[in-house]
Amino acid sequence: MSRIQQCFENLRSEGRKALIPYVTAGDPDPSMTLPLMHALVEAGANIIELGIPFSDPMADGPVIQQAMERALLHHVSLRQVLDMVRAFREQDQTTPVVLMGYLNPVERMGYETFAREAADAGVDGVLTVDLPPEEADEVIGFFKQHDLDCIFLMSPTTTLDRARRICEQASGYVYYVSLKGVTGSSALDVTDVASKLEALRTVTDLPIGVGFGIRDGESAAAVGKVADGVVVGSVLVNKIATYASQPEQAREAIAATIRDMRQAMDQ
Amino acid sequence: MSDSNPIDFSAVPDNRGHFGPYGGRFVSETLMDALEELESLYNRLSADADFQAEFDRDLAHYVGRPSPLYLAERLTAKVGGAQIYLKREDLNHTGAHKVNNTIGQALLAKHMGKPRVIAETGAGQHGVATATVAARLGLKCQVYMGAEDVQRQSLNVYRMKLLGAEVIPVTSGSRTLKDAMNEAMRDWVTNVDDTFYIIGTVAGPHPYPKLVRDFQCVIGREARQQCLDQTGVLPDALVACVGGGSNAIGLFHPFLEDSAVQMYGVEAGGRGIETGQHAAPLCAGRPGVLHGNRTYLMEDDAGQIIETHSVSAGLDYPGVGPEHSWLKDIGRVNYVNITDDEALTAFRELTRIEGIMPALESSHAVAYGMKLAATMRQDQRIVINLSGRGDKDIHTVAGIDGISI
Repeated sequence: MSRIQQCFENLRSEGRKALIPYVTAGDPDPSMTLPLMHALVEAGANIIELGIPFSDPMADGPVIQQAMERALLHHVSLRQVLDMVRAFREQDQTTPVVLMGYLNPVERMGYETFAREAADAGVDGVLTVDLPPEEADEVIGFFKQHDLDCIFLMSPTTTLDRARRICEQASGYVYYVSLKGVTGSSALDVTDVASKLEALRTVTDLPIGVGFGIRDGESAAAVGKVADGVVVGSVLVNKIATYASQPEQAREAIAATIRDMRQAMDQ
Repeated sequence: MSDSNPIDFSAVPDNRGHFGPYGGRFVSETLMDALEELESLYNRLSADADFQAEFDRDLAHYVGRPSPLYLAERLTAKVGGAQIYLKREDLNHTGAHKVNNTIGQALLAKHMGKPRVIAETGAGQHGVATATVAARLGLKCQVYMGAEDVQRQSLNVYRMKLLGAEVIPVTSGSRTLKDAMNEAMRDWVTNVDDTFYIIGTVAGPHPYPKLVRDFQCVIGREARQQCLDQTGVLPDALVACVGGGSNAIGLFHPFLEDSAVQMYGVEAGGRGIETGQHAAPLCAGRPGVLHGNRTYLMEDDAGQIIETHSVSAGLDYPGVGPEHSWLKDIGRVNYVNITDDEALTAFRELTRIEGIMPALESSHAVAYGMKLAATMRQDQRIVINLSGRGDKDIHTVAGIDGISI
């Protein structure tokens, strides 16, 4: 059983939902990331989504764009991101780590090399924002070979028929984007999400994580009632922007947000 | 390429938008449904005689087509080689080839019932062409433009505003065309229900490279017929500048099966390929994935897109249409480059010798065409695509001359 499966299994038996924070690797500088990952777990995170910096993050709003720009000032590369995961695994062998990013850096490294090195570093899954299943055959082959889960997005515009095809290719969990927009948007409608998830559950048994628009304990708890996992990104990354030159304050502010969400979700 | 095994150029892209290994549809999930809808609508309308008639009517009576094919006799005499013909896309309404495509896509927007259109623009020509058709059809229009380009193309910015469009300066990344495209994509993801994204070049996710090509092919179809009418034969060579590559594909595509016709796509060599400060992915880049398609890109070893440089804002883009990548690999088109200085010299020469002021983008094609013609016989003929007029660049050229106007 993969670490991701095990994680959802454990949570289910405890009657809890996964809290899945996203942070951009190397933001605001490479030394921030490893202690931040451990702090996230300590504060109650179950899975970590680690963003691979990319120069042209088309699907992200200004908060995550700027995070990537900060990381790229330090030339944080995909190889360095893998090194961060490897370092994380020295202390933490149980928390799943999912890399999230865009295809070009992966393509540059080479699909096979990336899959092998990511698995070797202790990565559990990969979510490539600009890689729909239609273009993913070759990549998925290498991911499967190295036991990496391939996590796909679904959105309010995804038809049920398409969702079925996506879920045939997906493993680990699927990520439902709660609204039409980029990361950091704010107009989350939980009723809408609930009815969409109900439909999606007719085509898949995979756990469903929901992200976009989750800002605080209240929204996390509301989404947690209908989803298997709650993904939170921009609100955390914003703290790094606020405390860019004070890494400890940033880490503490992020941990506090995660603790609030954890508490609200577990009530 | 061997004559015994001809390539069927009409068979690309395939039904998933692939030109060999290039093209495709690399976008986030939210846009997949909209792209599928656009694809199926376009497949239906491109086979619909009424739609084609409407498009042709607009090209004739609104754009002013056909554009002339003009023998530049004084330029030919000066160069002293092949006869140089100019395909005068600069004479189109709005002053460039871009309007051929915006007319077509605006008709698609109308058929889809979308009340709002968005566009990205570099030099501002596509933005102006989009704002123009939006004004004509009464559509709300927002144009994303890199903050750097807003500065260097202030004339076009004001033109768009006069036409009723809102110009949104983009301050992320390198503040040029690629960032404008990122921002337009973000807008589209957010407003996909009521918005049609009018992409300005033969790049982006399928079906854009195909449909923009189809709309621009009027250039090559006309040029081919005009050559036959005026000279009785096909030209020996075609020359066009390549940023994203829409004017080039428009000229080249109807000639692809004429294997005796040589083709030259001219990229922006900027300060010289060896300096790294250029915008020539086909000459000096590698295949990768950006803006929804796989194509040659300017990227670093980590797969980050690198900043480009060209004196011409319309060529200042790190990618290129996927069909060009394929045409490069199969060897059908030669991709070359021209530096800023060479383009500026050609700008001045054509202006002084023929009384035609070319856009700085098109000046790259003129510069290479002059070099090429000089190596050819006087009974040979080349066609240079004069894709746009140079009025918009007067401030840039004056600035280089140290003159403030």
